[in-house]
Amino acid sequence: MARLKTGTRLKSAVCNTQVMVVAAPDADVDCSCGGHPMIDAAATAPEGLSISPEAAKGTMLGKRYVDADGKLELLCIKAGAGSLAAGGVALVLKEAKPLPSSD
Amino acid sequence: MNLMMLLEMAVSGFGDRVAVRSGAEQLTYQQLFDAAGAAAAELEASRCENAALLDVNSLAVPIGLFASAWAGRPFVPLNYRLADAEIEALAARIAPSFLVAAPERAGALAELPGTTVVARETFLRRVLGAPGREPSWPMDADAIAILLFTSGTTGAPKAAVIRHKHLVSYIFGSVEFGAAGEDEAALVSVPPYHIAGMAAITSSIYAGRRIVQLPGFSAEAWIETARRERITHAFVVPTMLGRIVDALAAQSDTGLPHLRALSYGGGKMPLPVIERAMELWPSTDFTNAYGLTETSSTIAVLGPEDHRAAAASDDPAIRRRLTSVGRPLPSVEVEIRGPAGGRLGPDRHGEVCVRGEQVSGEYLGTKSTLDREGWFPTRDGGFVDADGYLFLDGRIDDVIVRGGENMSPGEIEDVLLEHEAVADCAVVGIPDEQWGEAVAAAIVLGPGRYATVEDLQQWVRDRLRSSRTPQRIEFRDELPYNETGKLLRRRVKAELSGEIP
Repeated sequence: MARLKTGTRLKSAVCNTQVMVVAAPDADVDCSCGGHPMIDAAATAPEGLSISPEAAKGTMLGKRYVDADGKLELLCIKAGAGSLAAGGVALVLKEAKPLPSSD
Repeated sequence: MNLMMLLEMAVSGFGDRVAVRSGAEQLTYQQLFDAAGAAAAELEASRCENAALLDVNSLAVPIGLFASAWAGRPFVPLNYRLADAEIEALAARIAPSFLVAAPERAGALAELPGTTVVARETFLRRVLGAPGREPSWPMDADAIAILLFTSGTTGAPKAAVIRHKHLVSYIFGSVEFGAAGEDEAALVSVPPYHIAGMAAITSSIYAGRRIVQLPGFSAEAWIETARRERITHAFVVPTMLGRIVDALAAQSDTGLPHLRALSYGGGKMPLPVIERAMELWPSTDFTNAYGLTETSSTIAVLGPEDHRAAAASDDPAIRRRLTSVGRPLPSVEVEIRGPAGGRLGPDRHGEVCVRGEQVSGEYLGTKSTLDREGWFPTRDGGFVDADGYLFLDGRIDDVIVRGGENMSPGEIEDVLLEHEAVADCAVVGIPDEQWGEAVAAAIVLGPGRYATVEDLQQWVRDRLRSSRTPQRIEFRDELPYNETGKLLRRRVKAELSGEIP
C-alpha cells in the first residue's frame, strides 16, 4: 500500500507493462498488473512470478485506465500482457474525449 | 518524466511512419529516435550545459529538442532574427553550450567563447543514419527541457523555463496518443524559438501526425506546401492567416481541400480575418488556442463547434464568442482576479490567472512568479462570461488610465472592428495634460472602404461611454506586428504620441 504521486512511473512485475500516474486519490492505493503488485519503474522485479490467468487481458500503449470513481488514472507508456487493477478491482479503459488540435 | 517518453511511445506505437518532413527529406519516428540518440552523444562529448539552435525549421529542430532531453540538457532555440552581437550576449548567458547554427551564421559565430558552433548540415551529416543507441535518459521531471528567451522589449531578455514535467503534462492533458490517421499531416510554420513551434513538434509526435516543416513563412509558400503535402492540420498566428486569406482571395482557386483543422493563436485575431477564413473554407474546423510561453502553450480553446455556432447566431452574446479564446482545457483552472487579488465573478474584468501542471511561470535566475497556491498571474486582462468563455482585454500593462478611469484598449478595439470600414486597429493611451492619458487609435480601413475620424468617434460614442471615445484617430496602411503576430503596441503608442514620426 502506498500513496501515489502524479508523474510516478510504475512497472509490472510479470509483463512489459509500464504506467505513469496521471491522477491519484488522496489515499493509499495498491496497484497491480497481471495479478501482482506493481513496482517502481527503476526497481528489479522479483523472480519466479507469472501472470495470473484472471488478470491477463493486456494493456494498450497510450491508453488511460481509471478506477470506478475516476480518482486514479494511469497512462500506459509500455504495453504488456497483464491487466491493471487497484485494490484488487480491475481498472477500466477511459473513453477518450478528444480536444480539438490546438498546435 | 522526460520528453523522450513521448518519442519512445511513438516509436513503439508506429515507428515506421513518417514523423517529420522538410523539403525532400524525411525521418520516421525510429530514424528520429536514432538521430536523437546520436546527437545526444555529441552533446555529452562536448561537455556543454545547454544545447542551443539558431536556425529556421529543419530536421535539426526535432532532433535537437529530443537529443537535449536524452542528454539531460536544456534545449535553447534562439531567435534567428537577432543580430550577431545580440546572439553573442545570449550565448554568454548559456555557455558552455553546443550551438547548431544556420549555415550562413555559423562562420561569423565560430569564435563565440564557451560555445561549440556546428553548422546545420554538418550536424545532420553526423547524426543521420547513425546506429541506434540503448535508451537511457535522466527521468528527473524537474529538469529543464526548454529555455525560451523573451523578446526583451522592456530590458534584457528573460529566459522562460519550461521543465519536462510542464511540457509532458501539457501533452498528456491535451493530446490523445496515436489519435492521428496515417493520412494526417501538420504544417509547422511558426519558428522554433516560439513556444507554439515546440508544442507543435511534441503534440504531433505524440498524436502520430506527420510534421511538415516550412523553413520560413510566406503566404504563397504556405499555400503551395499545404496543397502539395495534402496538409490536414496547421497552426498559424493571426498575421499569417490574414496574409493567407489575402493571397488566396487573389487566386482563381481559393480551396484548400485537405485542410481539416486550422488552429490559431499567439495574438489577437481580427474578427474580419477569421470571418473571411470561415467563408473561404466552410468545411475546415477552426480552433482558437490561447496560451503563453510560461504555460507551456495552450491553456484555453475555442473549438470548431463554438466557431460555427457563433458565426451562425443572431444573439450578440453567442456571436461575440468569435472574439473569445474559449474555455480552459480540462487539465487547467482559470480565474479572474481583481486588483486586490480577490476572485471575480462572471463578466467582471480583471487579471487572468491560471493553475495546472503545465504552468511554469518561471524565469531563469529569478524566483517563481506562482503564488503559494500555484496560480500564475498572466498579466493579461480579461473576463469570463456566464457560460465559462474567456475573453481577453489585452495586456494589463497596456491599460489606459484617463482621469482616474481604467479602460482596456481591447474593449474599444472590438467596437471599432465592428464598424464595416475598419479592417484592423490599435487603441493606446497617449500623454494628455488634462486627463493624464487620452485615448488614441490607429485605424486600417478595409479595401475600398471609407470612414472619417468623426464617423468613427461617433460610432464608439454610441456604443461605449463617451470617455472611451478616441480623442485622436490616425489612418494607417497597416499596423506594426512582429513575425509571430504580436502587435507592437509600444510603437503605435510612440507614433500616436508624436515621439516618432
